[in-house]
Amino acid sequence: MGYWKDIVVGGWSLIEGMKVTGRALFKPVVTVQYPRKHLEMSPAYRGHIELKIFPETGTHGCIACGTCQRVCPSGVIKVQGVKSHARSGKVATHYVIDYTRCSLCGLCVESCPTQTLKFSTEYELAGDSRWDGVVDLVARMEDSRS
Amino acid sequence: MMEAAATSGAYWLRLIIGLVIVLIFSQLNALFLVWLERKVAGHIQVRLGPMEVGPHGLLQTIVDGIKLVGKELITPARADRILFVIAPVLVFTPVLVAFLVLPFGPDLIIRDMNVGLLLIFAFSTFSVLAILVGGWASNNKYALLGAIRSVAQAVAYEIPLLLSVMSVVLMVNSFRFSELVMAQQRVWFVFLQPVAALIYFICATAETNRAPFDIPEAESELVAGFHTEYSGMRFGLFFLAEYTNMFIVCAVATSLFFGGWHGPFGFSFKIPGVVWFLAKTYVLLYVLMWFRWTFPRVRFDQLMNFSWKVLIPLSMLNLVITALVLKLI
Amino acid sequence: MAEYFPQPAQQQIYSLNLGPQHPSTHGVLRVLLTLDGEYVLEADPIIGYGHRGHEKMGENRTYLQFMPNASRMDYLSGLLYNHGFCLAVEKLAGIDPPERAKYIRVICAELNRISSHLLWFGTFLMDLGAFTPFLYCFDDRENILDILDRVSGSRLTYSYCRFGGVSRDVDEVFVEQTRAFIKRLRSRWPDYHNLVTKNVIFIHRVRDVGIIDKDLARRFGVTGPNLRAAGVAFDMRKVEPYEVYDRFDFEIPTGTKGDALDRYRVRLEEMEQSCRIIEQALDQMPAGPYRQERVRLKVKPPRGEVYFAFESARGQTAYYLVSDGSPYPYRVHVRVPSFGNLHCLTDVLKETLVADAIAILGSIDIVVPEIDR
Repeated sequence: MGYWKDIVVGGWSLIEGMKVTGRALFKPVVTVQYPRKHLEMSPAYRGHIELKIFPETGTHGCIACGTCQRVCPSGVIKVQGVKSHARSGKVATHYVIDYTRCSLCGLCVESCPTQTLKFSTEYELAGDSRWDGVVDLVARMEDSRS
Repeated sequence: MMEAAATSGAYWLRLIIGLVIVLIFSQLNALFLVWLERKVAGHIQVRLGPMEVGPHGLLQTIVDGIKLVGKELITPARADRILFVIAPVLVFTPVLVAFLVLPFGPDLIIRDMNVGLLLIFAFSTFSVLAILVGGWASNNKYALLGAIRSVAQAVAYEIPLLLSVMSVVLMVNSFRFSELVMAQQRVWFVFLQPVAALIYFICATAETNRAPFDIPEAESELVAGFHTEYSGMRFGLFFLAEYTNMFIVCAVATSLFFGGWHGPFGFSFKIPGVVWFLAKTYVLLYVLMWFRWTFPRVRFDQLMNFSWKVLIPLSMLNLVITALVLKLI
Repeated sequence: MAEYFPQPAQQQIYSLNLGPQHPSTHGVLRVLLTLDGEYVLEADPIIGYGHRGHEKMGENRTYLQFMPNASRMDYLSGLLYNHGFCLAVEKLAGIDPPERAKYIRVICAELNRISSHLLWFGTFLMDLGAFTPFLYCFDDRENILDILDRVSGSRLTYSYCRFGGVSRDVDEVFVEQTRAFIKRLRSRWPDYHNLVTKNVIFIHRVRDVGIIDKDLARRFGVTGPNLRAAGVAFDMRKVEPYEVYDRFDFEIPTGTKGDALDRYRVRLEEMEQSCRIIEQALDQMPAGPYRQERVRLKVKPPRGEVYFAFESARGQTAYYLVSDGSPYPYRVHVRVPSFGNLHCLTDVLKETLVADAIAILGSIDIVVPEIDR
């Protein structure tokens, strides 16, 4: 009798499986038609870094201390600054990051003493050459302001 | 003289028109089936499937076909060139022959042969030959493994397939498709021969190398099985042949077990026979796709075991019982 | 003339390179199979295609800078690796994170474990030829990624833990989302069981296939669910409870035979146990700081060495760190579970079919970059 039982039980298990997929056929889809619809990234999303603009000063607060440069595991950050006359201490003139080699760990943002770095939630990044990934964040900030 | 020429001319015209219609229908049908498969797969997997080209991606497969035509035909080094080129043709040509005898409607049979059913099964075996040739000629171990599996599978499955069909043939006493369908005007054979219908359908799944019996092309095991080395339209022909084959086995199932162009229990609801026929065929095709996106693949030896220990004895038993009942009535 | 005609038996034997490009080698693994027809006579897993030198990199980086590397060794359970590395360094430097941080870490680690097991479930079924469960699992896994994305900011390589805490606090929404996810996952079990576990084809494909028994497991250092499937209730979370695992009530699921079906059952049951741990952790999670105030980004552990073993999704994983008192570790060594799990295949794959070989390869749940690291 085991022979017949195996056939019946086995066949029934297949029908049970088909029920599951059959139900799924009429379920609403869970995917998003990507280029037509976009998902909002969570506010915590670690995209590439950007310089924050502080409303009280109207500019970034980078003092070119180089902490991020030192803490970066991949060594992709280069900061240059000059002595500022308006503020005591240095002010960054160039903040260059090679985004192509960034591992998005977020240590730079955490280590920044003036908290002038933030993550962007942008995730659609593409370029024609690997130099497109090398951006000067100060220039970028100026661009975004104008 | 003139009359004879006219008949002969009409004969040839009819043949050519039939051929053109078959070619166009089989191609479009296969393309539509590919689209349908992707849609069914998508929705079963709670996603949408193709959506971009045409309404609901309907033209996607046509665009894919154009892309395949434009692709380079790569012949691997040290492949058997002649056989490598012949195999895709070999797989597609016999598929077309089957269309000659399929009974789409009472008046829609191109050639209503008295051995129509046999013709289909004789020619469907060609696809196994083509797979063997293609797998062998590719000079690729995965392709060869796929070819070997395909042959062994075919040997195991042709027998229960034919045995289950025989029990229907015994009831009608004919291999002619029109007579087979006419016999089901009142009651479909699926109600009289449920076991045969089930066995036929399982074997048909194996015959067309569909999951869960897709071991010759087992993607996760043999990369792409027998057509690993094929590219461009040569691959496309294998692909289209698979879907056309699916259509044929489902069409045969419709005409053998599901009443062909007849509506259920003799009610046709004023719907033309060809619509009934195609509707039933597509429902069966949908079930085949449903199988594919639900079940894991069986292993090679399990498939053989299943065939030799379950399907062949059962179909034998079914045939004997059918013969006995027919004799006693 | 005789030498021109080799023995027929010899002639039938051929070798097949399964990988490095193959749909079911999960990354860049090559298995050199010696076949007789479809029968596997010998199998030789060849590794090293994904070698990136993570251990050497560790010597040239500060402890914190190694954190992103840790989650890139086993990218499927990155948070578990972060967690383990964090614990190892904390043990070395004598840092004690606040209670809340411990609970957050455990919850996130267990979520990550579930996501890793879910992905394994999907890919295993894909190896067996069933595509649909893969997508269902991804649907569920997506929920975990969303939850972890909200707290850690990343979906795969989390780098979430910090020495003495975590990088970001969790909020009420996280707790709600996690509870909702557990409820959802539990409602999905019947579907999974109907679709896969009870399926007669699936059972026949995995039952008595690829048996890793206790003895074999001991010889090759097999750990994790593969070992537990053989009937050994060995789990670092129970054997040497780290973090706050000793405060939770959970079981170590074990199998009996150690075949692929047992491994499948153990992993499925483990997901359920992880759900239990998460629920208890959510209930017990205290308020308070999520990281130590004083812990700076640069840690300078005293001279010494530490060996810290924890349970990643694939088995016993361990960090061996040697400190010479500088901010850079003198030596970083990682004991990865997949190495032992993979190499027992030389014995297990013998005298199976090619189809079985794929099923076994899928059932042991290897992540090749973890082996190559």
